[in-house]
Amino acid sequence: MPSKRVLVTGLSSYWGGRLAQALEASEEIETIIGVDSEDPTRELERTEFVRVGTQHSLLRRIVEAAEIDTVVDTRLIVDSVVASAGRTHENNVIGTMNILAACGGPDSSVRRLVFKSSAHYYGSSQDDPAFFTEAMERPHPPRTPLEKDIVEAEATVVDFAEKNPEVSVSMLRFANVLGPDVITSHRALFELPAVPMILGFDPRYQFVHEDDVVAALAHILLDDLPGVFNVAADGVLALTEVIDLLGKRLAPVLPPWGTGLAATALRRLGIEVSPEMLEQLRFGRGLDNRRLKATGFEYRYTTRETAIGLGEHMRLAPIMRGAAEPYRYEREVEEFLRRSPNVRTHPRWRGATNGDATVLAAAALAEDPETEVAGPAPVAGYDDLAADEIAALLESLEPEGLTTLREHEHATLARPEVLSAIEEALGRAGGG
Amino acid sequence: MARGEHPRLDSVARPGRATSRPRRRAGDARARADVLAGNGHAADPDGAGAGAEGASVALRDLRRHLPGVEPERRLTDWGRSERVERLVDRTLADFLYHLWFRCEVDGIEHVPAAGGALLVSNHAGAVPPDAAMVAKAVREEHPRARSLSVAVDPSFKAYPGLSMLLPKVGCVAAHPANLDRLLHDEEALVLTFPEGRRGPRKLFKDRYRLRRFGHGEFVDWALHAGVPIVPVCVVGAEEAAPIFARLDALKRLSGPIPLPVAPNFPHIGPLPVFGYLPAKFRIRFLEPVHIDAAPGDRGAIQTATEEIRARVQEALFEMVGARDSVWLG
Repeated sequence: MPSKRVLVTGLSSYWGGRLAQALEASEEIETIIGVDSEDPTRELERTEFVRVGTQHSLLRRIVEAAEIDTVVDTRLIVDSVVASAGRTHENNVIGTMNILAACGGPDSSVRRLVFKSSAHYYGSSQDDPAFFTEAMERPHPPRTPLEKDIVEAEATVVDFAEKNPEVSVSMLRFANVLGPDVITSHRALFELPAVPMILGFDPRYQFVHEDDVVAALAHILLDDLPGVFNVAADGVLALTEVIDLLGKRLAPVLPPWGTGLAATALRRLGIEVSPEMLEQLRFGRGLDNRRLKATGFEYRYTTRETAIGLGEHMRLAPIMRGAAEPYRYEREVEEFLRRSPNVRTHPRWRGATNGDATVLAAAALAEDPETEVAGPAPVAGYDDLAADEIAALLESLEPEGLTTLREHEHATLARPEVLSAIEEALGRAGGG
Repeated sequence: MARGEHPRLDSVARPGRATSRPRRRAGDARARADVLAGNGHAADPDGAGAGAEGASVALRDLRRHLPGVEPERRLTDWGRSERVERLVDRTLADFLYHLWFRCEVDGIEHVPAAGGALLVSNHAGAVPPDAAMVAKAVREEHPRARSLSVAVDPSFKAYPGLSMLLPKVGCVAAHPANLDRLLHDEEALVLTFPEGRRGPRKLFKDRYRLRRFGHGEFVDWALHAGVPIVPVCVVGAEEAAPIFARLDALKRLSGPIPLPVAPNFPHIGPLPVFGYLPAKFRIRFLEPVHIDAAPGDRGAIQTATEEIRARVQEALFEMVGARDSVWLG
């Protein structure tokens, strides 16, 4: 069953926002509703934001009212330095239980659940296989609070799947994420001029690019693929190799024994080293990503390319700093843009200013067969454009494009000021 | 037939040990994954695509989805380093193979030229040199100069230095999933020592008397991967690094690494190499064994284990009996 009406939990997290942006581009998705207890951090066009935490009665009402058929849970905290153990437990275990409670039950409209999990499910120990497959469990019970929470959250989801056989459940276990935008504790480690390592250990590391994370979530959701999937880029690198690609230096400063104490000292210096990271720095981890690839998913980046890309970004970051204004959520503005009858531009083109005429022209040449009567290439959303907006983008069009536009305008609205502007532009193009 | 050994024995082995079998332990995980996939089918035998039916993709053979080779990389996904390996091969292994142990190789044609195969060898001596010599023999003498992975006890990963060095020269933790991927998916050659730690722990007076071949895990690996087993006999390793006694009092300190009284005793770093006595090495590859049984068939596994052990033992006695001198061969 294709997903049409999607609820994204954790909309304000990096992943929730990125996924909603990706889903907005899909024609098949009718409605996207995002919930979170904080304001969204990324600019969204048609996603509806409702500020609600994980109270299941409230979520249930939203699910019922909007006839949600698909729930995507992107909230899981997978880095123990971003929140206290208590808050992590609250979010990962209790939050997951609440969300599942809100979408289960015989009269629920939910038919699909996508749960974003983490490769911390497998842990990292000396008895690990070199590549974990989805069917494997960790060789030892989890020790750190975060790993316990993730294992427990997954167990809750599996329990939900057993009790609600009519819901198709997908679970994605992501390897460590790297990318220019996302800040993780590994990223913070690699930002250091010399990367601390445990003396005598060169662990195997596998990453996944942030874009591939979003693409994998969207792929699983749109193609309706139930089951568990590892998401990790091709290629498992030794840490020395990663550091080399990033252009950093090795600093094997952590002693092989008493590593915990040394890590405490590092924390004093402001270098956050989570217990999960310490285990990874010692034993590393590799995932078998072939199951997801067999469903037709193609990774855009290998682990190596991810590391190279990050290295380039980190070298450029000091120069590019402050270039982009961070997005700030303003409820009134978002409400206005979504609801007001006075908003005339198609939301899709709202981002395109007059200078983006090439984009519009490209779109004009590309699509919209329904207005074929008026020539092959009218601009999508053209009819919504005001006359002066059209005039502004005529400058950049070729004579053929102008002719097409003239025919289209003639056949549809036939605004005299537009037609004359086109004639004028044609004259200029012909004369010049 | 099975020697009355209950199949359950395996599943109660300590989790994570090389002797334990995650396939069996993962059974419940797999069943749960099936629930997730929304179907009640039995999990498919190769264990890779549990609950894949919902994906409507044939997942039985994931080989074609193996990651492509990135030529710019110097390491493989297993952490094997071409550079380090070549360096060790050109210096240390070359010296030991040609000059020190003067290896003589017999029956190299039994090592298949293509496809996976599991090489099974006897194992002896303090800091045994046999793995390096068998690997070198296959690289030097085999017409295809195939390289070899060595399955070693995963406890090496806990030791600083070792955990860094061993994967770089082609050692892989002896985990069933690793073996399956190497033998079946990557069609590689893997060398394993079924005597495990019992081999290097035995004393000089017990030389060339094979220990128990574990619980026959290696036969199970080969059955799962569908590859032949090539038994290998190494003569000389026992005399190259003889163990005259063991200091059991120190055993608790050193953990799994034996602390024997041997000529190359202080095995720190490259030191033991200089302690090897120049015994003459003879390596014989026996005819490959193709086992015709279903994976997990305990009876067939036990029978095959015993048979392979007997063949190696017999060939060893024959080779030791035929040599005139320990040092000159």
